[in-house]
Amino acid sequence: MDNLLSIVTFIPALAAFILGVFLRGEDDAAQSNAKWVALFATAATFLVSLFILFEFDPQNTGFQFLEEAEWLMGLQYKMGVDGISVLFVMLTTFMMPLVIAASWNVKIRVKEYMIAFLLLETLMLGVFMALDLVLFYLFFEAGLIPMFLIIGIWGGANRIYASFKFFLYTFLGSVLMLVAMVGMFADAGTTDIEQLLSHNFASETFKLMGLQIIGGMQTLLFIAFFASFAVKMPMWPVHTWLPDAHVQAPTAGSVVLAAILLKMGGYGFLRFSIPMFPIGSEVLTPLVLWMSAIAIVYTSLVALVQEDMKKLIAYSSVAHMGFVTMGIFAANQQGIDGAIFQMVSHGFISAALFLCVGVIYDRMHTRDINAYGGLVTRMPAYALIFMLFTMANVGLPGTSGFVGEFLTLMAVFQVNTLVAVVATTGVIFSAAYALWLYRRVMMGDLIKESLKSITDMTIRERVIFAPLVLMTILLGIYPALVLDIIGPTVTALVLQHDTALGGFDNAARLSLN
Amino acid sequence: MSADLIIILPELLLSLFALLSLLFAVYTSKDGIASAMLWLTSAVLIILACWIGLTGTGTNIAFDGMFIDDGFSRFAKVAILLAAAAILAMGEAYMTAKGLLRFEYPVLVALSVVGMMMMVSAGDLMALYMGLELQSLALYVIAALRRDSIKSTEAGLKYFVLGALSSGMLLYGASLVYGYAGTTVFSGIVQVANHDISMGLLFGLVFLMAGLAFKISAVPFHMWTPDVYEGSPTPVTAFFATAPKVAAMALFARVLHDAFGAATADWRQIMALLSILSMFLGAFAAIGQTNIKRLMAYSSIAHMGYALMGLAAGTVLGVQAMLVYMAIYVTMNVGTFAFILMMEKDGQPVVNIESLSMYSRREPGKALAMLVLLFSMAGVPPMLGFFGKFYVLKAAFEGGLAWLAVAGAVASVIGAYYYLRIVYLMYFGDPAEEGLNGGQSPVLWMFLIGSAIIMLAGVVNMFGVDAAAASAAATLLD
Repeated sequence: MDNLLSIVTFIPALAAFILGVFLRGEDDAAQSNAKWVALFATAATFLVSLFILFEFDPQNTGFQFLEEAEWLMGLQYKMGVDGISVLFVMLTTFMMPLVIAASWNVKIRVKEYMIAFLLLETLMLGVFMALDLVLFYLFFEAGLIPMFLIIGIWGGANRIYASFKFFLYTFLGSVLMLVAMVGMFADAGTTDIEQLLSHNFASETFKLMGLQIIGGMQTLLFIAFFASFAVKMPMWPVHTWLPDAHVQAPTAGSVVLAAILLKMGGYGFLRFSIPMFPIGSEVLTPLVLWMSAIAIVYTSLVALVQEDMKKLIAYSSVAHMGFVTMGIFAANQQGIDGAIFQMVSHGFISAALFLCVGVIYDRMHTRDINAYGGLVTRMPAYALIFMLFTMANVGLPGTSGFVGEFLTLMAVFQVNTLVAVVATTGVIFSAAYALWLYRRVMMGDLIKESLKSITDMTIRERVIFAPLVLMTILLGIYPALVLDIIGPTVTALVLQHDTALGGFDNAARLSLN
Repeated sequence: MSADLIIILPELLLSLFALLSLLFAVYTSKDGIASAMLWLTSAVLIILACWIGLTGTGTNIAFDGMFIDDGFSRFAKVAILLAAAAILAMGEAYMTAKGLLRFEYPVLVALSVVGMMMMVSAGDLMALYMGLELQSLALYVIAALRRDSIKSTEAGLKYFVLGALSSGMLLYGASLVYGYAGTTVFSGIVQVANHDISMGLLFGLVFLMAGLAFKISAVPFHMWTPDVYEGSPTPVTAFFATAPKVAAMALFARVLHDAFGAATADWRQIMALLSILSMFLGAFAAIGQTNIKRLMAYSSIAHMGYALMGLAAGTVLGVQAMLVYMAIYVTMNVGTFAFILMMEKDGQPVVNIESLSMYSRREPGKALAMLVLLFSMAGVPPMLGFFGKFYVLKAAFEGGLAWLAVAGAVASVIGAYYYLRIVYLMYFGDPAEEGLNGGQSPVLWMFLIGSAIIMLAGVVNMFGVDAAAASAAATLLD
């Protein structure tokens, strides 16, 4: 199959089109049809995407499954995956059937809901596969539209504010990236990512409006890309849209947001910032490392005082993404390995945590921590699963959460010990807020009247959690599953990065520490 | 002489058609045949567009350089003719229902189109002025078509007074240019300017640009736009937003490159300023609007800012970007105004955007098409509007105006807010007490859906518009 990637990408879009054109009516039959079509399409996408995983050759550090075609104005439609992107593709196709299954209780505008999620899947897959700058931007930005509608239509009480904030925040970040892309197009004469990866962007220091720009054009390009990815990631201090979006989004929206959309920022850093602007990233590395460290500690502390479960998990996501940026900008083998591992693992864990909140939210229609307590007596199975993912979130050895945190901390220790020390305290705080949350929701006596009749998880819910539990434990005890796939590509990336930095004067760095 | 006449044959035929139909209507049943005349005019415009677009070749110059028929003018003419034909067809039902469909309407539209065709082909200051005034006079009248409405009359009067002022400035500039260059032909002016660009010539250029900026409603010459858009009957507003903008923008490019190609460095600054002001004012001022026609006025001001960004680059790519941008802009506006024309409640037109609350519940198809158009206007991929923006940003960047590109990108975020607001109202606004009803029109529906489909499908392939724009731009700059 020469166009396997396109097939995988566009199966969901095709299903969305079929739903949109052929499904009529709002009755129960139509609703159930919409759900089954969506589930079938996402499952099919996952199955077909397995071919990518099986035929992927980890030793080949270049792009595989390449597809190329002419497009408008000298751009091209080019798709491909390498060791960095292949796992994100798999993560997306893996999560989507679960997301659809988790939305089985949606009652209003089911058809539109399913269409939005199917289109979103196509766009997310496109982001990870696109090998043309503008094609990447197209998928990257277009994802805002379905997400805006998902938060806006099916969201909570304050959904309007949250959806606007989500859209405008991320849009502002991305348009700066667009200008930088235009600049790269003008400089290199191509938008082919494969060629841009070997293009050397100018890095001579120059003056702009009286300001000394160390690292020259590379630094400026880096900042423009950083504006986009840092918002998407999200990094402190531009993370404030995330808690709002998470709290207001429906459960499935939160899951997609946490599990996949956030990973686009990290993927962007690995695909563009580090390899294309090595000097620009080197100049700003201390800044990014400190921002990550602050994010880990600060958002963990903020998480500690949250009253809303989703908000707590959202802040915890920001903290975990701090480990990712820290690992990426440590720019050594462990760091980048760890960052990718952390992203994949966080994809499973945060998704599971949001689903956990969804389980009790569906029953009690509140996310207020104080409204719960002592659930363990009525919901033993739920308590077990919640326990597992709480521990994974904390980074308990044996779960996938540990590997990513350990690798990134080890990596940053070699680069900047102080940052590593600060970030490690964040691990303690994360234990504090996660365990305290568990204590308040699960433990104690069941004294609240409203909870007396709460029921344990249904079969459907258990089935949704099963793959997540499996992956979290499997990756925790056998991380080589991931590391073997990404290792060679990461080695090549680090090597290329170090070579590019070879001639760069260390003294010219912005010294922040 | 006869060779010259053959070159201006399309304009000649359209003028003859307009005059004959006027005579015919006056001597027969007057308003009774207005509807038939409207469809006929629309058909004639489409035929002319096909004729010009498919058969025109090379660069032909008539009347000693006063009239230029080249790839650039043909591109603009096709856009103008198609836009005018579409707007005529769209407005028929509305005008009939409001009792505004007088036989003068199609005739005046046809005459203004002749003016616009003259504008884009002008190779001389006199020809430029003739085209501009023919267009403007016809537009003043149709702005005030609803004679018994104060707002419409006010719109017509405002447009006329301010338009006359701008024509005055333009004429003053033209006289200065003539005085210092000794000729009114563009090719002559450019030779003088090449040799030595004097202060008087630059002054003339600035006044000319002020007059033209008024026609495209670029800030700070935009004040008339919201009032005229609001006061005119909606089909007329739709017309104002499309064809005349293309004509004036093309004329702008022609004057700057053909007559003042030697002074690029001088006019680029002015264009960049006009561009940045228009983008930001358009974005900010639209936020507070509740009337969708006023909102579209500010939206069009912002869009003109982006098109001007292409011109400000002063390169072939810049002109190409401007042409592509205008083609996309016109297509989007045709669809959007088709939607606005369908906004009615109990048979009365509604222009308040709050009335769109939860519109998607009643009309999912139309709401979805409008959603596509709105995101396209905001420049969000994967809609075609994004590529318009991408083109002009690239042109500006390669023309050395990186700061303008950054400013344009930031302005597009601010602008996104008010487009999003309409999406929000349609999809998750407050359930309004009583929303819109009616407004079922197959013709309008077709234009709306067609425009939305073009915005989506155009991303795969622009139907050769980009290639045509490239060759058109190349003929303008040789």
